[in-house]
Amino acid sequence: MLKIENLHVRVEDKPILKGISLHIQSGEVHAIMGPNGSGKSTLAHVLAGRDGYEVTGGSVTYRGRNLLEMAPEERAREGVFLAFQYPVEIPGVSNIYLLKAALNAIRKHRGLNELDAMDFLKMIKAKIKLVEMDEQFLYRAVNEGFSGGEKKRNEILQMAVLEPNLCILDETDSGLDIDALKIVSDGVNSLRAMDRSFILVTHYQRLLNYIKPDYVHVLAHGRIAKSGDASLALELESRGYGWVDQQAAVA
Amino acid sequence: MNAVSYIEHYQAVSLALPGRQLAWLNALREEALANFSGSGFPSPREEEWKYTNVSPIEKKLFKPLIGQASYADSPNRDWLDSYRLADAWTLVVVDGHFFRDLSALEGIPEGVIASGLAETLEKHPERVEACLGTVCSKEKHGFIAFNTAFFSDGVFVDVPADVALEKPLQLIYISTRPEGLSNTRSIIALGENARASVVETYAGSADQAYLTAAVTEVRVGGNAELDLYKVQSESDKAFHFGGIYVVQERSARFQQHNVAFGGLLVRNEIHTELRKGAECLMSGLFLASRRQHVDNHTLIHHAEPYGVSREVYRGILADRARGVFQGRIVVHPDAQKTDAEMNNRNLLLSEDAEIDTKPQLEILADDVKCAHGVTVGQLDPESVFYLESRGVDEQSARNMLTFAFAHSMVEKIALDSLRALVQTQLLNLFPQAGIRRDWL
Repeated sequence: MLKIENLHVRVEDKPILKGISLHIQSGEVHAIMGPNGSGKSTLAHVLAGRDGYEVTGGSVTYRGRNLLEMAPEERAREGVFLAFQYPVEIPGVSNIYLLKAALNAIRKHRGLNELDAMDFLKMIKAKIKLVEMDEQFLYRAVNEGFSGGEKKRNEILQMAVLEPNLCILDETDSGLDIDALKIVSDGVNSLRAMDRSFILVTHYQRLLNYIKPDYVHVLAHGRIAKSGDASLALELESRGYGWVDQQAAVA
Repeated sequence: MNAVSYIEHYQAVSLALPGRQLAWLNALREEALANFSGSGFPSPREEEWKYTNVSPIEKKLFKPLIGQASYADSPNRDWLDSYRLADAWTLVVVDGHFFRDLSALEGIPEGVIASGLAETLEKHPERVEACLGTVCSKEKHGFIAFNTAFFSDGVFVDVPADVALEKPLQLIYISTRPEGLSNTRSIIALGENARASVVETYAGSADQAYLTAAVTEVRVGGNAELDLYKVQSESDKAFHFGGIYVVQERSARFQQHNVAFGGLLVRNEIHTELRKGAECLMSGLFLASRRQHVDNHTLIHHAEPYGVSREVYRGILADRARGVFQGRIVVHPDAQKTDAEMNNRNLLLSEDAEIDTKPQLEILADDVKCAHGVTVGQLDPESVFYLESRGVDEQSARNMLTFAFAHSMVEKIALDSLRALVQTQLLNLFPQAGIRRDWL
């Protein structure tokens, strides 16, 4: 699904990622953990195609294609989805408008017809149950006046509607209380599938109590300092990031 | 050529102006004429006109149509009807003259006057005398004087105390003649506890240059409530001066929504004075492209305590267009416990577009809450990226966000029929990529 090889990324003149390599197969869930400033969010943004990052080395291949050459909307249409850490508020655009625009852009790219209004509504009503949102959220402006938890649930709703193949969740757990965390995690778990992979970017182990990863990678100073299975997250929880940090510094 | 040519031309036709039999009106007109002769049209040397140069008006001679009898062509009915709200009573003013047969006033409640100003000067001159010139007398610039001296007609609306109009009243001002001048004075008066929604619609024949000078004086009685909408869709070459001057008596509520889409050179003035406990909301949306110039000048006088005012203006400027927002709030010494907020946000879509925005707070009382904010900018790149990351292409994302910026103002229009009409106009002004009416 995704092959990241020796990826180097700079922001302005500052190197942030200094040689990341990561292979993700279909259906796998990878957690990327690390302290603040380790480069986790940069990795998520670079994969989604945000401006302001300069790739100075390495490659990213997504389903056999050079991901870095694709415009952000093309990545989305090809099945890459980024759930934002801070979802943007868009007054004047209703949630349902954005969902229709996005879904139809993606369907068109895949050679499918637009869904008619009836089918669309039926589909949406099924999906919205996943994240336990009230239907009235569909008609409100995108994220405007939403609580932190509502914004994150809205991201998962978009993900559920767009049915991507590679889901990147950027600190989706931050700012969530335990109830919202559970709803969001249940939503994600229900979307796990053989042809869908996940990258969970997170600072805390807490999320991984609800979404069990196949692999855990710890980022430090722009490199993967340690990789392992779910037990690595627990070890981090008890020993703290200082432990890998020191190892990375020694290496 | 300058203002003198206007004066000369008008003197030739002045006998045909309405209300010549009324001494008080003649005196008012003469005083105004003297003022206009002295000042001419406003010039950028005046502080309040610093961003707007109306000298192109003086370089031409826009001629009024005097006397209804000479008006032969009925305007194209379909075109006129395209501006008409289905659920409203309408008063139609063509080229500066009220036309009863084009208007639709059936079923208007007993006691309410909704008529042409010239007609009302014949039938109820004392009612007009009680209002005309009383609200805008503090306004000194040349356009007002010009309008007072030479108005040809207009609309007179009087809603007596305790009457609530169940349908909106729409005043449609259209211009059909090249180089024509529509110089109208309208009056809207609401008695105590009265309620009404009034819509002013301005439009003109496409591609024609003409001048609209429209002054509306408004009195909102104690505890009365007026929603006043203005939708300006003049032709691309038109000059538009529109002034709305308001007095709000105790606890009167006044909401004004100002939508400016058309015209080449446009000046909107909305001035209000709040008595004790009065509330006012001003919301404005102006869109300009090519070489359009749209100037919004608002003034809110908090004259007495406990007044509340909220003002939100948004502008979108494309190509070489220029926008102006001058918003002034004056809190007078007695106006303690005033609560005022003003906000102006502008989007510049091209490097050659320009906005001059000047919020002014003059606070002469000490126990008040006042806030203002202004932003000028391009679309938020974060929002563009958010939409792109959902599969929307960049151009569609930009169109969608620009449209949304405007549309969130249109959504504030409470009258369904008007909101739908403005929505259609807005959609027509936008590139279609990314914007779908059936998704709104």
